[in-house]
Amino acid sequence: MIPFASPRVAAADADGGMKFSESSVKGERRRQTLWAIGLCAFFLVSILCSAGLIGDTGLSPNLTQRNQPPSLAHPFGTDWLGRDMLARSLHGMSLSLWVGMLAAAVSVVIAAVLGLVGGTVGGWVDASICWMIDLCFSLPHLVVQILIAFAVGGGVRGVIVAVALTHWPSLARLVRAEVLQVSSSDYVQSSYRLGRSSLWVARYHMMPHILPQLLVGLILLFPHAILHEAALSFIGVGISPHLPAIGIILAESMRHLSTGYWWLGVMPGLLLLLSVKAFDWLGENLQALLNPRTAQE
Amino acid sequence: MDVQLRSVLLFLAYKLTRLGLLLAAVAVLTFALLSFSPVDPVQAYVGADMLQISPAQRDLIAQRWGLDQPMLLRFGNWLGQMVQGNWGTSMVFNQPVVQVIQQRFELSLPLLAIAWLLSGFLGVGLGVLAAAFQGTWVDRGIRLYAYTLASSPPFWVALLLLIAFSVELGLTPICCAAPPGALAEEVTFWQRLHHLLLPAFTLTFIGVANITLHTRQKLIDVLHSNYVLFARAQGESLAGILWYHGLRNILLPALTLQFASFGELFGGSVLVEQVFAYPGLGQATVQAALRSDVPLLVGIVFFSALFVYAGNTLADLSYQIVDPRIRLGGRIG
Repeated sequence: MIPFASPRVAAADADGGMKFSESSVKGERRRQTLWAIGLCAFFLVSILCSAGLIGDTGLSPNLTQRNQPPSLAHPFGTDWLGRDMLARSLHGMSLSLWVGMLAAAVSVVIAAVLGLVGGTVGGWVDASICWMIDLCFSLPHLVVQILIAFAVGGGVRGVIVAVALTHWPSLARLVRAEVLQVSSSDYVQSSYRLGRSSLWVARYHMMPHILPQLLVGLILLFPHAILHEAALSFIGVGISPHLPAIGIILAESMRHLSTGYWWLGVMPGLLLLLSVKAFDWLGENLQALLNPRTAQE
Repeated sequence: MDVQLRSVLLFLAYKLTRLGLLLAAVAVLTFALLSFSPVDPVQAYVGADMLQISPAQRDLIAQRWGLDQPMLLRFGNWLGQMVQGNWGTSMVFNQPVVQVIQQRFELSLPLLAIAWLLSGFLGVGLGVLAAAFQGTWVDRGIRLYAYTLASSPPFWVALLLLIAFSVELGLTPICCAAPPGALAEEVTFWQRLHHLLLPAFTLTFIGVANITLHTRQKLIDVLHSNYVLFARAQGESLAGILWYHGLRNILLPALTLQFASFGELFGGSVLVEQVFAYPGLGQATVQAALRSDVPLLVGIVFFSALFVYAGNTLADLSYQIVDPRIRLGGRIG
């Protein structure tokens, strides 16, 4: 998946340009965007904090209430030890979100540095950075992640390194293109003529320009990072089985599949899907808000 | 003719050079990564029985797999093995890596091929449908489907389909590439297909999202163009416009996208094969990582690079079949 060439943003632009041309509707749209951002942010923050808030309630085995289907008392059902699946899923999801966010943040830093350096320095440095980007695109991400996670020795650190090292290329390419575009502009050229070093230009002219891009890029990277984190944990090369990340909960549910306890796999996955979707919406709406072309709509 | 032959040769030389560079980089980076790795290869190989073996046995194991030698020498040995064509020896399967990959890939190939073809046709079909009925509930339904699939975890989709079709409905087998206990010679074609069905469909459903959304967007651009407006003014029907103007314009990007999805497809097959316990190359990847089979893992990374590269090269080659204006070597006739 290429997170930044996403057609949905373009689609939103096209639809928006055609349908919402009157100014009263424009204000309406902006309010909707703000509401969507608030709602997604609230949902995600509540998941992130949920593990700390609910603590260990529902996590202790309760053998009288084993394998119960979803009900009002246990919306996600209970597992083979009588633990509440909602509590377990929230714990797992919050862990996965933290890991995914950390990995995505590291990835964005790598992308920003490489994109900035490639765009400003140029020459063989730029060529080798471009070549590295191409190299990353010519390998299946998941296979490389498995290799990296294995080499680092698994665990939370392995996942973060693996996800961080594989997600920067598309954003780095974007940043580099942006930097190249800005460096041909008059104010940057005159800055060079005034004797500023390329580092100074990168810090004071490029950084402010690419910061909004990076913010949106970061948020659009989250879903990918979280999905890959879950996939690695699901396979078993990621977070250790003692920490119930969402991927591990889903891998465990595989063992109870043939017994017909469908909620063990379905409900945590649904939570994962919702969280990923929330990040997607958040990123799209933020992009619409930050992009000067669509901000006033 | 002579000119064309020359451009074909130039194209091939260019592609092979790039492939050589790519593979060399993958090899060097992989070994660099492994040499910085804090994992003790002997311990990873022995696993939980580490406490039960003596230092002498430990040295023997290290010697057997050449783990006592410096990384540079191991890299040299590995390169020698690559040139000889057996890509090293798999520690788990105790076979040349190339043999393991070949056996596993033979099982994965039908899975990948079915999923690739189906997702291509289905994706373009849904994209065309969504664009042709833009704004109606058909479009909305297709977009909702594509967006939801694009952000749902592949292994979870596989899990859902497994619960629905294998556990609840009992239509498809729950695991493996053949009935358990059956000898390889006894397995019929239909049994194979039966076991292949659900994994292949899963991979298809996952792969459809991206190409649907891109095709839809591209076709909407075409339908809003002046030449389509003119064709409409002349009384051309929607079907005619789609066939004569739409399809020709969306086919090239769709083809590029579909060939470029080889990496995505390979990654998806790792997860899907893991869920369906389908003994293909994807599952071998997971096993190699979980059981610390470094030679096999490196071999698979290498093979996957070849696989993705093949996809990109096929895309380049297919352009000139689809679009007669494009000729090899970038010449426009």
